[in-house]
Amino acid sequence: MSLLCVQNLSLSIANKKVCDSLNIEFEAGQSWGVLGRNGVGKTTLLHSLCHLRTEYSGDIMLQDKNLQQYKRSDIAKLMGIQLQHNEDPFPSSVFDTVLTGRHPYIANWQWENEADICKAKAALDIVEMTELAERSVNQLSGGERQRVSLATLITQDPKIFLLDEPNSHLDLNYQISLLDHFTSYSRTNERLLIMNLHDINLASRFCSHLLLLTGDGHYLAGPVENILTADNLELTFRHPIEQIQSPDRNIYLPA
Amino acid sequence: MHKALPLFITLTLLSALSFLIAFSVGSINLSFDQITSALFSNNKDIAQTIIWELRAPRATIAFVTGGLLSLAGLLMQVLLRNPLADPYILGISSGSSVLALSAMALGLTGYWITAGAFTGALLSILLVFGLSHRNGSWNPSRLLLTGVVIAAGWGAMINFILSTSPDKPLRGMLFWLMGDINNITPEPSSLVALIIGTLVTLAIARQLNILSRGDLQATALGVSVKPLRITLFLLASCLTAFAVIQAGSVGFIGLIVPHMLRLIIGSDHRLLIPASVLAGGSLLLISDTLARTIIAPQQLPLGVITAFIGVPFFLYLLNKNFDRNPLK
Repeated sequence: MSLLCVQNLSLSIANKKVCDSLNIEFEAGQSWGVLGRNGVGKTTLLHSLCHLRTEYSGDIMLQDKNLQQYKRSDIAKLMGIQLQHNEDPFPSSVFDTVLTGRHPYIANWQWENEADICKAKAALDIVEMTELAERSVNQLSGGERQRVSLATLITQDPKIFLLDEPNSHLDLNYQISLLDHFTSYSRTNERLLIMNLHDINLASRFCSHLLLLTGDGHYLAGPVENILTADNLELTFRHPIEQIQSPDRNIYLPA
Repeated sequence: MHKALPLFITLTLLSALSFLIAFSVGSINLSFDQITSALFSNNKDIAQTIIWELRAPRATIAFVTGGLLSLAGLLMQVLLRNPLADPYILGISSGSSVLALSAMALGLTGYWITAGAFTGALLSILLVFGLSHRNGSWNPSRLLLTGVVIAAGWGAMINFILSTSPDKPLRGMLFWLMGDINNITPEPSSLVALIIGTLVTLAIARQLNILSRGDLQATALGVSVKPLRITLFLLASCLTAFAVIQAGSVGFIGLIVPHMLRLIIGSDHRLLIPASVLAGGSLLLISDTLARTIIAPQQLPLGVITAFIGVPFFLYLLNKNFDRNPLK
């Protein structure tokens, strides 16, 4: 049984094809990177995978059951997404924001219990925001707000993590430590990670699998060692790519 | 929960105190002893008559109206994700007034006025929210402009109704419009509406917390956004309509109260909802006591008092908001 299976998925935004009959089986333990140029539809694809966007043809099977047959609240227990944009119209503390990740698991009249609070605290620890727990989210820098979003997703702790540009606004050290956390957590805890990335070298370092969207509805998907070639990258980004051998792994640079 | 306990104790005491003051002051001032003996024993004196037949019904109306309005304001703010939303500013109260007044002008009474108020509130809320909605979000300046323009439109209709009405009910209609709870028999349905409204919103309070973080984030966390929005639309217009039936259009309570409470306890609606009801009730009851005592024996319309407090507050808030986010 695959955790998430996409069958003949066709997606388009404003008459532009994102993908044309996409077929992929995503397995628990894998870390997928989605690469493609701006506006190619990476975000649209992630939103469709967790049913934030429902206009598509084909089937998305979550644990062998069609996504359409799930209740909204049940999807949220299995899949979580870190969105690109956050709205914080009212003052709310970092801790309360992170705690919202537990919402799918708590009944209407219930309050968060000790276990929920522990999970939120642990997530804040992972993103190194414990000291700012009582700060209002309106007063955070872009990178700090991004870490709060990631901590919310960690608190939600779904089977499938969808990350939409997790690195935006993040400093170098956090880019590495947080991607490292998500990929190793997925590997050891049988979770699935799918993330939109801009950085080829981070993708090559952290992902087990890649999905390249070429912009004309075609795609390339598979284990990173099969997909990550200078030719494929050139096709994806429409720019010549230079491959440099380093002791640990290949480095890809725009020529 | 315990971190908000001091606030709730304060609010409960404030509510009790505002009732006590309302019972005590007036054309005949009553002492604390007179009030307690009137409330808890049966000696059929003048104090008992004053309290049970005049001051208690009026105080109850004021308190319930305040609670209704601040709860309605709170819900509209979540719905629009904007702290400037309020039933009066967005023209919801005036829409409700127009249809209620029309019913009065036609000589209808009772349920017809209620039905008119409710239809007017719903119509206004749909107009304002529908017209200012663009690309999945509500732009604050567009929203305020739409609300103001629609309120002006309702204002013209109110003038039309007033100028074509016979002289006899005119003064009553005018006072009712300015927000007045003099000479109105208490409507138990408003109290019931407030209690039901509070319970329903409490049941969905955590969903409101999530909804205020945006439709996408709310959906991703398992909230069915569309049904929730429709519920909020209906609840907010119902609560406004019940407030209008009781006291005409009283402004700014729905704006001031939730905003001040957010500054004190943050944005958890599980605390904000009961706190808003208590604080809104107390504030309006104190305003009403002022309205009937400042220039006694003459009475001021309640709406005048709340506007004196509300207008400067709103301008301050508007200024602060646009400073932070000039183009949004």
